[in-house]
Amino acid sequence: MSWYSNLRTPIRWMILASVGILALSFVEWVTGNEGLTSGGQAEATLRWAAPIMLAGLGGLFAERAGIVNIGLDGMMILGMWFGAWGAINYGPWAGLAFGVLGGALGALVHAIATVSFGVDQIISGVAILIAAPAVTRYLSLEVFADYEGGSITTSPALDSAGKFTFPFLSGGDLFGWTSPDILGWFNERNWFAISDLTEVARGLTANLSMFTVVAYALVPVISFVIWRTRFGLRVRICGEHPTAGETQGINIYAYKYAAVVISGGLAGFGGAFLAQPELGTHYQEGSTNSMGFIGLSALIVGNWRPAGVMAGALLFGFPKALGLREVGEANTTHTLLLLAGFVLLAVAASNARKQNWADTMLAGGIGGASLLWYFTSDSIGDWFVGILPFIIVLLVLTFFSQRLRMPATAGQAYRKGES
Amino acid sequence: MTDLIQSPQAAPPPDVIVVDSGRRRILMALAAPVGAVVFSIVASTIMLLIAGSDPIAAYGDMAKHASKLETQISMINRATPLYISGVAAAIGFKMNLFNIGVEGQYRMAAIFAAYVGGAIALPGVLHIGVIIIVAMLVGAAWAGLAGVLYTHRGINEVISTIMLNGVALGIIAWLVREWQAEGDIAQVGIGTERIDASGVLPNLSWLPETIFRDLKGTGELTGVLVIAIVVGIVYHVLLNRTVFGFELRASGGNALAARAGGIPPRRMALTAMLLSGGIAGLVGIAEIMDKGRYNPNFVGGLGFNGIGIALLGRNHPAGIAVGALLWAFLEASSDILQATQTAPKEIIDILRGVILLTVVIGYEVVSRVRSRDEATRAAARLAGGLA
Repeated sequence: MSWYSNLRTPIRWMILASVGILALSFVEWVTGNEGLTSGGQAEATLRWAAPIMLAGLGGLFAERAGIVNIGLDGMMILGMWFGAWGAINYGPWAGLAFGVLGGALGALVHAIATVSFGVDQIISGVAILIAAPAVTRYLSLEVFADYEGGSITTSPALDSAGKFTFPFLSGGDLFGWTSPDILGWFNERNWFAISDLTEVARGLTANLSMFTVVAYALVPVISFVIWRTRFGLRVRICGEHPTAGETQGINIYAYKYAAVVISGGLAGFGGAFLAQPELGTHYQEGSTNSMGFIGLSALIVGNWRPAGVMAGALLFGFPKALGLREVGEANTTHTLLLLAGFVLLAVAASNARKQNWADTMLAGGIGGASLLWYFTSDSIGDWFVGILPFIIVLLVLTFFSQRLRMPATAGQAYRKGES
Repeated sequence: MTDLIQSPQAAPPPDVIVVDSGRRRILMALAAPVGAVVFSIVASTIMLLIAGSDPIAAYGDMAKHASKLETQISMINRATPLYISGVAAAIGFKMNLFNIGVEGQYRMAAIFAAYVGGAIALPGVLHIGVIIIVAMLVGAAWAGLAGVLYTHRGINEVISTIMLNGVALGIIAWLVREWQAEGDIAQVGIGTERIDASGVLPNLSWLPETIFRDLKGTGELTGVLVIAIVVGIVYHVLLNRTVFGFELRASGGNALAARAGGIPPRRMALTAMLLSGGIAGLVGIAEIMDKGRYNPNFVGGLGFNGIGIALLGRNHPAGIAVGALLWAFLEASSDILQATQTAPKEIIDILRGVILLTVVIGYEVVSRVRSRDEATRAAARLAGGLA
């Protein structure tokens, strides 16, 4: 596989994405199920993956600075509440800003406890997980309960921030002029494979919610900040070797604070997005549905890299969108079992080549069970969609943990002058 | 240590320091919890004022409510599962393992125990015994998964137990539908088959009734209290009076030294995880006995709160009990505030988070002051010894 690792990163991603779509096309061809590569599915995946990705990117910032943040889910809840409140009172974009602020506030508590006082990061996270829902419940009681259509668990419905369609690619408007819809043109031709691909591409570029566009635009920005700026380098020093940074005269505490607060802000953005009409329509207690934890999963699967987090979030958003699009009989989801079975068998084969028999047996066993399940049942409940992200993380950790590398000092308390 | 440094002829260290350090030590030990309570009272007063309630009236209501026998019994009932959950988390902490998965473990154990309990019919003690054993086994198995991943794959237990929590909730959502009791839903209600009377632990209401007064059916003291007490005693004895407990504490305290001393780290970690999960399996028993089944409204959050309680109690069996009772008091208070409309009850939930954070911050500050003190003292003694 050395030819593959020698390629440039963007090209590797493209190959990976193409292989993914090909695999889905193959499964569609085997099962005669057309739902997996539809444009609607692509768009819904993008939309549902966004909050997961934002939480994951939040986790990335904190952990790159050496602070584990398992309170992400709590910060999302805060972001969702403040986001809804801001959106109702000052419009959708203010909602986004307030959501970021709400999440950042939660993160500030985490930063004070872990950075200034050196409290165990998991404990502080648990405290935030306990406190955040109580805080929003209290705030809802004081605020939303007095609004028309609100209650102590829900806010009134929110307005959308609008939709966006890429010009030229999918025929979006450009300063009032309707540009040609190139991908749509290919779609109508119905050419084998090409039309499949363009349909997905059109799903990814047409009629996106504004928040989706902002969320994905953040990925290259964060990637750049983390890898190419002085700030990013210093944040990474905090996570890899804080005492080395200290000798350089870097104020480690300040960078840790900044990173953790940014982390909460991103999770808050994810929460605010969840209250948007495109996802949840309003603030609803309990509607983060452990999405903060799924974001943490995306962070791990994505190997603590921004692009990886995005890929992980898309991986988890895909079955989520699939499950939501077909209410009742979860037939398309069912085909995922087939896909999972094949992937696991491939893992088993690759381990067999390395003569790693324990892994071969394990992967082969789970893969075989997955296939057996597929062939002995005709559908699978939505509960399976819910647990899929967690199962994937456990499998990835089981079979690929040597390839994962978390920041060296993540989880450890740091004190100035102590080394 | 001082014996090593001091030569036999050296003058003993000045008494002042010893006396001072003794008083100071007690002061320090109390500083964190007392400080946290004071801070929490200040914080809750501010919150009550913002909410437009009268703090004095609210505290008065809480105190009056808590002085009633019925409230005290309901507090013990609430504290029982919290205590078991706290002990489950504490076992992990002693081994330096963070079992965040108590949440998933107890729920998974509860649905299996309720299902098995509803499916079989056995004479009293046996029936109850089967339910308890199933709960412990399922809890241990679910935690054991994380344990094996930790020992054989080196996967961080925090991550794996978080993931297993998510998986457990999904599986339970499915099982609740699969194991729905037979018959008309309108009649049997949503949930697993009801457990026969033989499988339900008798209550202990006779105890307060003989000591204090007749409850007149206004409340029952849960029989699970006995399980909680047994769990507490076993935890204490196991940890402090057995070789295993010593090895566990040694491995948790200094893994490298323990390993050098011949304690197998993998086996200790796996055993600790299995034990923690087994105890976690008991957390749901109180609710099963109360409702006689598992239903979708099964109580949640006991796992996370158990972690908090273990921290409040510093993993000490008695300390955990105090923490559990404090949590139960807050819950009971939230009910009375709701009933009398003196203040929004959500304030109480926020208080839990505030107390937890301030206590851990307090402990951290105290331990920093302590280690600084120790350094100063050691330096003073060293100076005295050399003089």
